[in-house]
Amino acid sequence: MHVNVQNVVRTFGVTPALHGVSLEIEPGELVALLGPSGSGKTTLLRILAGLDIPTEGRVMFDGDDALKLTVQQRNVGLVFQNYALFRHMNVLDNIGFGLRVRPRTRRPSRKEICKRALELLDLVQLSGLEKRFPSQLSGGQRQRVAFARALAIEPRLLLLDEPFGALDAKVRRDLRRWLLELHNKTGHTTVFVTHDQEEALELADRVVVMSEGRVEQIGTPDDVYDAPNSPFVFSFIGESSVLPVRVEQRKVWLNEKPLDLPAGDVPNGPAKLFLRPHDVDVVDNVSGAIVGEVTVLRRHAGLRRVDLEVGAQRHRIEIELPADFSLNLASPVAFLPRRYRLYPASQALGS
Amino acid sequence: MTDAAIAPLLVAPIEGPRVTTERPLVQVTLIGVAVIFLVLFLLLPLAAVFVEALRAGLGTYFAAITEPDAVAAIKLTVLVAAIAVPANVVFGLAASWAIAKFEFKGKSVLNTLIDLPFSVSPVISGLIYVLLFGAQGYFGPYLQSHHIQIIFALPGIVLATIFVTFPFVARELVPLMQEQGTQDEEAALSLGASGWKTFLKVTLPNIRWALLYGVVLCNARAMGEFGAVSVVSGHIRGETNTMPLHVEILYNEYNFAAAFAVASLLALLALITLVIKIGLEWRYADQIAASRRH
Repeated sequence: MHVNVQNVVRTFGVTPALHGVSLEIEPGELVALLGPSGSGKTTLLRILAGLDIPTEGRVMFDGDDALKLTVQQRNVGLVFQNYALFRHMNVLDNIGFGLRVRPRTRRPSRKEICKRALELLDLVQLSGLEKRFPSQLSGGQRQRVAFARALAIEPRLLLLDEPFGALDAKVRRDLRRWLLELHNKTGHTTVFVTHDQEEALELADRVVVMSEGRVEQIGTPDDVYDAPNSPFVFSFIGESSVLPVRVEQRKVWLNEKPLDLPAGDVPNGPAKLFLRPHDVDVVDNVSGAIVGEVTVLRRHAGLRRVDLEVGAQRHRIEIELPADFSLNLASPVAFLPRRYRLYPASQALGS
Repeated sequence: MTDAAIAPLLVAPIEGPRVTTERPLVQVTLIGVAVIFLVLFLLLPLAAVFVEALRAGLGTYFAAITEPDAVAAIKLTVLVAAIAVPANVVFGLAASWAIAKFEFKGKSVLNTLIDLPFSVSPVISGLIYVLLFGAQGYFGPYLQSHHIQIIFALPGIVLATIFVTFPFVARELVPLMQEQGTQDEEAALSLGASGWKTFLKVTLPNIRWALLYGVVLCNARAMGEFGAVSVVSGHIRGETNTMPLHVEILYNEYNFAAAFAVASLLALLALITLVIKIGLEWRYADQIAASRRH
């Protein structure tokens, strides 16, 4: 289903949770709403589900006004972080619930409901557990039952609220892979909310990065990781280090020293240099390089994390070097980022 | 780690309990005081009720509880409970639903108001209705001119009973519903269930044991209420006398055997309530535990 969100505003009392959010979702897409807590991502999901009503703006489903539809009429599948399985019903009854509560004219026969529920149980790879109660299942199993229950109503849109948030790391990894396979098999248009950037980048076709009720950037995982359009997106997605610099004569200056880094079209004046710890090259030529003094060395899997203090203000930044790179505490290191982003200081203030 | 290093760790838990457990003498004294207190103030009076009731023989006992005034009192008590309890179930459900699942202005006021009957003396609760609906009350003249009898009649007794038993159901449900939150309901709605179906198939099953527990307590109080009912009833034999009032009248007439016979029925009700309550607590605790695991 095609979803079009236009300038949606939602205020709770006087505090705005969403300030004019616009977003388009193509049929069959898997979209992540990514942001820290309080960024409005869950509010947006609830508005799509019909559990919340925007103060202003429009929500269109396939060109029709979705705000005129009740929760029941929207036909969206919802999966919650805490599953919200009906604890007094067994797995089969949970999955069949959406079919059983249909008005008599549209309700399948009891036999059909049972058959459909068993098929879905098979789809989520839990065959044989149909008589169990939710309290007798593991977290990962409950989450799959919640998926099956949401899929039973043949939803036009699948909405997942922090679907793996309550699970431990190993189960989460397995379920991510499982969700991708499921999505490829069923092709439901899916929106999921997460604060875990790794999850968003791994699963989503497109990532919507949100902050303080606004959309910061919409793009493919590659877009938002490699070309973050704001200091917020850069620092929220992936690891980053920041250095205050100055732009003059189309060059980046660090403490009155020009660096071998073109400034592109960033205007003259104070700016912030963002770089990824793993995107650096150590150089021999000190002139034109960033020079720092090693303060902390940490082994990190196959790499070594190095904390440096740079310049007279002793700004701390972090870089990653091969584990066999020989370094001592307090020794100077000169390096240049392979990739970096420059943001004028005025833009960086907000983050 | 060497064995020597582990050893103190193994010993520690065995040594541990001594620190937090009282000495045997203190234990025996504490338990003894509690048992003596229970026997003296609870078991002895309860036993006395049944002993006194049966002192004059089974014949007198059954005569006392099948005598027309007694039967009328039993019928009235059951009728009042049959009206007051469902009324408070509906109110209790509505109030706890509102408090637990919605945010609105005056929520804390409503929450406090529910507890009001607990903090007001039952006699005052009865007097309120006399002040409102009695002959000299605010609505007295209007009611009299329309020949509506509230005080010294069934409606007054029902009103007073409802007031006094107001909090029982709501008090059980509010904390449970607050803990359960609204996600189950939201899930049901998104699956296409109407509001009513969501209530019947999701909300009600989630709270059924707590609700039953509240109903049992509410019923026990409704049947046993004396103070508030005494003020509004008028003590008309065979008409506006409930069981507790009937017991008092018989006792005041020095008809001890009959008084204790009727009282034994109330005591029996209390015992049955207690048994159901214990059963539900056992069951309910299980449910709560399940909902926590969930």
